[in-house]
Amino acid sequence: MAKPFLSIEQLTQRYPDGQGGEFTVFEDASFGIEKGEFVCILGHSGCGKSTIMNILAGLAEPTSGVVKMDGRHVSGPSLDRGVVFQNYSLLPWLTALKNVTFGVSARFPSWSKEKVIEHSTAFLAKVGLTGDTIHRKPSQLSGGMRQRVSITRAFANEPKLLLLDEPFGALDALTRGTIQDELIKVWSDTDQTVFMITHDIDEAILLADRILLMTNGPMAQVAESVEITIPRPRVRNDIVEHPNYYAIRNHLVHFLAQRSAELAGQPGDGANQPETIRIDLTDAQESEEPEPAKPVLRAVEG
Amino acid sequence: MKTLSENRKAALLSILILIVGCLIWEASIPAQKAVGELTEYELLTGGGQPKAGVPPPSQVFAKAWEQLSNPFYDAGPNDKGIGIQIGYSIYRVLTGYALAAAIAIPLGFLIGMSSVAYKALNPFIQVLRPISPLAWMPLALFVIQDSEMSAIFVIFICSIWPMLINTAFGVAGVREDWVNVARTHELSALKTAFTVILPAAAPTIVTGMRISIGIAWLVIVAAEMLVGGTGIGYYVWNEWNNLDLTSVIFSILMIGVVGMLLDSMFGLLQRTVAYTE
Repeated sequence: MAKPFLSIEQLTQRYPDGQGGEFTVFEDASFGIEKGEFVCILGHSGCGKSTIMNILAGLAEPTSGVVKMDGRHVSGPSLDRGVVFQNYSLLPWLTALKNVTFGVSARFPSWSKEKVIEHSTAFLAKVGLTGDTIHRKPSQLSGGMRQRVSITRAFANEPKLLLLDEPFGALDALTRGTIQDELIKVWSDTDQTVFMITHDIDEAILLADRILLMTNGPMAQVAESVEITIPRPRVRNDIVEHPNYYAIRNHLVHFLAQRSAELAGQPGDGANQPETIRIDLTDAQESEEPEPAKPVLRAVEG
Repeated sequence: MKTLSENRKAALLSILILIVGCLIWEASIPAQKAVGELTEYELLTGGGQPKAGVPPPSQVFAKAWEQLSNPFYDAGPNDKGIGIQIGYSIYRVLTGYALAAAIAIPLGFLIGMSSVAYKALNPFIQVLRPISPLAWMPLALFVIQDSEMSAIFVIFICSIWPMLINTAFGVAGVREDWVNVARTHELSALKTAFTVILPAAAPTIVTGMRISIGIAWLVIVAAEMLVGGTGIGYYVWNEWNNLDLTSVIFSILMIGVVGMLLDSMFGLLQRTVAYTE
């Protein structure tokens, strides 16, 4: 089997617990992400999602294990991996446009100033930021606009992998919906590989091709990989009507509410690849007498 | 009065306080008696000698007018215009200050970015910082053997600490997120320092620079009283020796005005580097 575009192999993170011992955040986490895939990771606080993200970004080093992208070892931060931080992390002394050109000129040092500005302005326009707004400083922008700028900074760099750390966590529900739609739009235009942390199940179903589920920490595992069998383009209003929506949603809720705790602290089963779950109620022939309350869970070869 | 803006009200009140203050000052100075009004006894006991007293504001204003209308005259070592004296002081302050900034800001960057450097240098800073800058004067005079350079050294040593400490503090306090932004954009260490850390720490650094220039201006007066020769500090002391209190009061006011101008220059700089998160 060919290696996926991004492969995370037996990643383990331990910290000294302050009493001479060690505290294992997660152990032997292994999974892969294909090129162009949108993958979300769900799990409770403390399961090490952000640590995995920091390792992928190259901002932290794992205790053991490797991350390979395109067959090459990942170590240290790189422009190939763009990051959208939870708290926007815009430079407050620069205007919105300058925050984007800051990234673009670092990514494409050979470009002329005009080209950098043109490229940046075009990407800002994709998320609806035009005119005077882009010459404002972050403090003069709303939270939603700031996160749009932050997402633009990452997308405009056209990285091979885009990492989003709870990008909508600090936004109100209405703004969140709008930006999610914009994110889908920009993503489908660019065919970017995206790895995103979220706490929001509906957000994950709307955006992701696949959702990775983590058990509770310490000793957290990436337990399951749930395929989202809802065809794109997905529209917020329509996907809830899709027969698979609630089946998938119930499975995720069930996992987070109950099984993430039950599975916590169990040692991995050797291979340590998450179990692939495919829930598809539209395929009536294959689903063997689905009980209405419980969707059929079928393990597909991982 | 209701139609006036707050600033105008404040300005009017300031002028009022100034006028009332000057009038009280003027009125509280007892008038000298004219020679003709003296009794024979007073004449014999020398009571007719003009008594050395604090001059009234009218005399100070007259003196100010006289000095400021020709600030750059030079009639020998003991008689130079106020402009020349202030010019010497500003030259010394700025030279010492610039030397201090050239060392304090890079060193502050180092201390702010490396906790080893911070821990290694902190004991020295803590011991050297509380030393009164004038305490260095005898040593400076002995080592440097030049009063002019010694005064500059004293300015250097007094203005280095606030800049050093504030730069280190500002650099150490740059948000991790912004440094991570630089890291994920593969910026070189030098580029990170100039495009992320410097603008992020600039408000704190400039605050340190503003404190330093204030201290330097305080210290130069005392230093020049000691080293003599030229400068506003020397001027004050020289006029005291001449018992010309009008000039003393005038030069005190000038020290205040120049200090305010220096401070407001840095206030302006502070506004240009400020940002809101």
